[in-house]
Amino acid sequence: MGFKKAKYILKQAFQGIWRNRMMSVASIGSVAAVLVILGLILLIVLNISNITLITKEKFDEIYVFLEEDLEEEVISHIGKEIRSLDGVFSVAYETKEYALEKMKEEWGEDADLLEGIDNNPLPNSYIIRLKSVDNAEEVIVKVENYTGVEEVRYYKDVIEKLVSTSDFMRTAGSVIIIILLLISIFIISNTIKLTVASRKTEIELMQYVGASNGFVRGPFMIEGLVLGLIGSFIAILIVLNTYDQAAVYINDKFSVMLSVYIVKPTVIVKDIVIIFITIGVGIGSLGSLVSIKKFLSI
Amino acid sequence: MLEFMEVSKFYKKQQVAVKNISMKIKKGEFVFLVGKSGAGKTTLIKLLLKEINPTSGKIYYDGNDITKLKNRRVPELRRRIGVVFQDFRLLPKMTVYENIAFAMEIVGSSAKNIRREVPTVLSMVGLSSKANNYPDELAGGEKQRVAIARSVINKPQIIIADEPTGNLDPETSHEIMKIFTEINKRGTTLIMATHDRAIVDQMKKRVIELKKGSIIRDSEGGYYNGL
Repeated sequence: MGFKKAKYILKQAFQGIWRNRMMSVASIGSVAAVLVILGLILLIVLNISNITLITKEKFDEIYVFLEEDLEEEVISHIGKEIRSLDGVFSVAYETKEYALEKMKEEWGEDADLLEGIDNNPLPNSYIIRLKSVDNAEEVIVKVENYTGVEEVRYYKDVIEKLVSTSDFMRTAGSVIIIILLLISIFIISNTIKLTVASRKTEIELMQYVGASNGFVRGPFMIEGLVLGLIGSFIAILIVLNTYDQAAVYINDKFSVMLSVYIVKPTVIVKDIVIIFITIGVGIGSLGSLVSIKKFLSI
Repeated sequence: MLEFMEVSKFYKKQQVAVKNISMKIKKGEFVFLVGKSGAGKTTLIKLLLKEINPTSGKIYYDGNDITKLKNRRVPELRRRIGVVFQDFRLLPKMTVYENIAFAMEIVGSSAKNIRREVPTVLSMVGLSSKANNYPDELAGGEKQRVAIARSVINKPQIIIADEPTGNLDPETSHEIMKIFTEINKRGTTLIMATHDRAIVDQMKKRVIELKKGSIIRDSEGGYYNGL
């Protein structure tokens, strides 16, 4: 394609956008809105998955908290008992001092908060890894009855709940996103339809004179593409800004405890940009293709 | 070079547009298609331009059946056919020169070619002095001359004119017919659908008369009413 043709197609595309500016703004707005909602759903799903993953890793263990001030022998006796149980893969002993160190490490900068504590409130504990989750119930019931055991914690329910929540969010999110995509394709195709109508004579002429289909379609494809692209840029700005601020807010309000689980904004920038531009351009081109197919009969 | 073989076109509800049309048009001929509104003239033109496809039958152009032509090859067909309409169909935002150049641009002619060809064609239709005027500033006959210039600019083998004098007074129509005659003399085949009895009678060319979608007369040097 020559320079002249390319120039003509581009000029027509931008003229189309300008002539129907109200509809163009509506199209850009709808693409942006769809992508913002998509982005929010995506980020929520991403974070829930992330939390699920971390939680799974962290809590796929049975914590056996021991009573305060137990004799050494009692502690090691409990250890032996646990080791002898069926289904136990490994047992580790964690002193209360070590547990506090670990907590300080996890809390990072906020560890200062722990300095004020005089007595270490954390208990000594055994951490059990199982051969299989199926043995969990049995092991827990037995361990709970040992003397010297204060509490047994196992987060199976929490993990299961998280997994099912994350599955549900993914499915519901996909459905919502598909519906929204269809709506915005429809809106774009209507905008392009207006341009097609306003240039009807010209298009007919072009077809009579023997302009190639690509040449006739070109301006409309570009028009849709540009609308989609502008919409996706706006959405990228909104979503990244919102997420950044949300991350800062969570850091401020809930301290590091929670922010460990939040996916860092810097990590997602590239992906969001790629996904949004792809979808924006996709919606735009598809929208114009729909109206061209319908109204140009080529 | 052009042959219709038992071509029929039905629209929805079995409504007949044209029925069993067979005709041959040779290179360089001048043919009038006459008949009342709804007789099928426009349908024949649309079939030839492959705007629509026949329900049955074949249409050969230079030995190829255009009813079997793929959609993406249609532009190639149309580049070999120039079209002139009753309502001129000029682009109002372009000057006379630009309207004609536009037809060259969209088939990808070079700027050099455009600068050479457009003035030549403009002088042939006698509009050199109006090159920079807009269609709104022209009289009906002048507009049609621009449309004719546009139809010949890409050197088509056939020119199809659908009621080209329908909106013009007799004197202007006569001028337009002179231009068509000139174009035909240079070897371009001309197919003209018309209601204009005076013109058909005066030109004494081949006349194909349609009625209710069928050819009822095909006569060399014929008259509008068949005398």
